[in-house]
Amino acid sequence: MKHLFSLIAAAMLAAGAPLTAIADTAGDVQQQCGTCHALKHNYATSAIQERAERKAPPLDYAGNKFQRAWLVSWLQNPVRIRPAGVFPSAHLKEGPDGDAIDAASLAKHPAVPAAQAEAMADYLLTLKPFDSLIKAETYQPGTIAERMGKMNFGKFKGCDGCHQDASNSGGVSGPELYTAWKRLQPAFISSYIANPVAWDPHTMMPKGDANADAVHKLANYLKVIGEKQP
Amino acid sequence: MKRLLLSASLLAISAIAHAQADRGTQLYNIYCTQCHGMQGNGKGVNAAQMSIQPRDHTDTKEMSARSDDELFKVIQQGGKSINKSVLMPGWGGNLSDDDIHALVAHLRKLCCQKN
Repeated sequence: MKHLFSLIAAAMLAAGAPLTAIADTAGDVQQQCGTCHALKHNYATSAIQERAERKAPPLDYAGNKFQRAWLVSWLQNPVRIRPAGVFPSAHLKEGPDGDAIDAASLAKHPAVPAAQAEAMADYLLTLKPFDSLIKAETYQPGTIAERMGKMNFGKFKGCDGCHQDASNSGGVSGPELYTAWKRLQPAFISSYIANPVAWDPHTMMPKGDANADAVHKLANYLKVIGEKQP
Repeated sequence: MKRLLLSASLLAISAIAHAQADRGTQLYNIYCTQCHGMQGNGKGVNAAQMSIQPRDHTDTKEMSARSDDELFKVIQQGGKSINKSVLMPGWGGNLSDDDIHALVAHLRKLCCQKN
């Protein structure tokens, strides 16, 4: 743990941030977030059962994943991203028409004050173990006709089986994607669609066979719908 | 000696089959239940939003019409590979062949080993 803090401190110093603030925030994040979120892990060598036991998404690559502005805002006013939680099977109950979300089983994410949200976001954005995956990305954000994008997202690629591209439209086992563009870095979106297993060996997102062009079309659709969000 | 060897072999095969069934159950719970349902009846939490309903894995007649090879192929390569829906993704990039065989064994248990 001491070694981890030293590494983080060195990274933050290089970025010009004050050391005491960093150490404090690292400890704060470890204490407040580490109970549910993995801040250090090696899923590749873990048994698959860990996926069923996750309480929250891993944050150890938050710096390769999130947009700072979104993170700061969300930490102050958290809203549910995964309608059925991070491991849906743990939050389901049998209903008359099939499985339904057991809302009572879903924990509410705590909110933090603005200054703490800023500090936490700054710290989380230093966690970048997957710079090589981001660097390998060729995605340049572009555009796509929304209608074509929706058809591609649903009918052609089947992403809507698990993800919502609008409130109440699409599957609920995956994270909603209508705010993905505000939430996630463009290179992460493209890289994760192309090869989610490289990011998380136990991901519940299938690694498909879409080529770069097809992946970029999906990312552009998320851009089109994401930019319409308030 | 021959009989002893045969018994030992049968025991080993039984142990492997048992381990594979446990692995299959575990993988099914993680990767399949959100669409195919906690009971494997095709009524997963995503099903209500789907244009084509997920396969009911407890349907003995439907499932018996599919060979193990076909089930393996559709899990590995997705619905498109057997002219079915793209809503069934291919899991070959996530799961090993052994894992997929374990899932096929679990499907056989769901469909065809009812009490």
